[in-house]
Amino acid sequence: MRLLTHNMLASNIKGVTSGYPLRIEAHQSAAKEADFNADFLRNVFPKIDWPALVSAAKTLGYGDLPEEAEPSMLESDEFLRRFHHALLEVHVEEGALVCPETGRRFPVNKGIPNMLLHEDEV
Amino acid sequence: MGGATMDCTTIDVAAVERKGLSRPGSSKTLPRIAQIKLVSQHPEVYEPCDDSFALVDALLADRANLLLHQPTLCLEIGSGSGYVITSLAIMLGSETPTAHFFATDINPHAVETTRKTLEAHGVHAEIIVSDIASGLQKRLKGMMDVVVVNPPYVPTPEEEVGQEGITASWAGGENGRRVIDRILPIADELLSEKGWLYMVTLTENNPSEICQLMREKGYGSRIIVQRSTEEERLHVIKFWREKGDEGKEGSKFGGSGVGSWLSQLPLLSFLRNNGSSN
Repeated sequence: MRLLTHNMLASNIKGVTSGYPLRIEAHQSAAKEADFNADFLRNVFPKIDWPALVSAAKTLGYGDLPEEAEPSMLESDEFLRRFHHALLEVHVEEGALVCPETGRRFPVNKGIPNMLLHEDEV
Repeated sequence: MGGATMDCTTIDVAAVERKGLSRPGSSKTLPRIAQIKLVSQHPEVYEPCDDSFALVDALLADRANLLLHQPTLCLEIGSGSGYVITSLAIMLGSETPTAHFFATDINPHAVETTRKTLEAHGVHAEIIVSDIASGLQKRLKGMMDVVVVNPPYVPTPEEEVGQEGITASWAGGENGRRVIDRILPIADELLSEKGWLYMVTLTENNPSEICQLMREKGYGSRIIVQRSTEEERLHVIKFWREKGDEGKEGSKFGGSGVGSWLSQLPLLSFLRNNGSSN
């Protein structure tokens, strides 16, 4: 699971108000090379919750993202490389995503997050 | 499912592609889709069948519009074997390099199968075990430029809906509408202003009523592919928000003409609404 996926996931348990961002419990993570595409990064930047990405990347041991980001930074190749690495190359393989409000753990197995709810959570 | 195909729009290209054959001298001009021999299988996962082929054929038929559409985020709800999302990623991939793909399925075996199929074709999608789009709905609200879905549309007893395993891929409850009617408002929530939805329906699902429901939410619709097999009559319907109206007219008005086109909208939507009330 890339951090792009993590950035788009929220806990939707009944009664939870924000449920975002999910805390990452990584038992196994990996770095996998992905094709660099500056245009994609520029397109997707406005859709990314930056603080959530920074904190997720830190959890997985990647601390090279600036705490704050603004569109003008997308001109910088160095910034794009770091953004690319955090968003698309850092993976959670095994572990869980934890709801910040309830502590409910959504498992991640073989890199796939499972967001299914139990009947009493819907 | 199965049976002879009698009424197809783009069967030649797609059938050739599915078998991984190439036509002499034309292979370079054919848009590529997933190859059946590379589609992963699992006993609890629905294999690509006439409905999957109809959906891919519809996407192929609309590919020129999709390329003009320049989607950033695309989602398949219920990706099953991964045949459709892989085909979409392949057919858009090289020419819309900024497109990115998501796929969900309620069946964990299906999500795993989707992953293998994507990998076998060298393409990528973010994959999530999810009930329709649970977990994604909040953050991706209004962000999806393309949503595709081949829903569980088969009319079944209500108690078969939402069961585990492969049953979830087809059991649709009364008129096959139980899951479809849950998907429609979620798709509406997920779609961006310019977003398009492609959905497979069966005649028994009452597609015209589905189009009417979507019209009430502000969507136009068009049948992209109709197909009859021995067992079922399928329609692949495309929906788009009338406000932007790039779906129906995208090929004509895409690109630089959009500005002047938008200025004519009030009149056109007035005419269209009048026309549709008959």
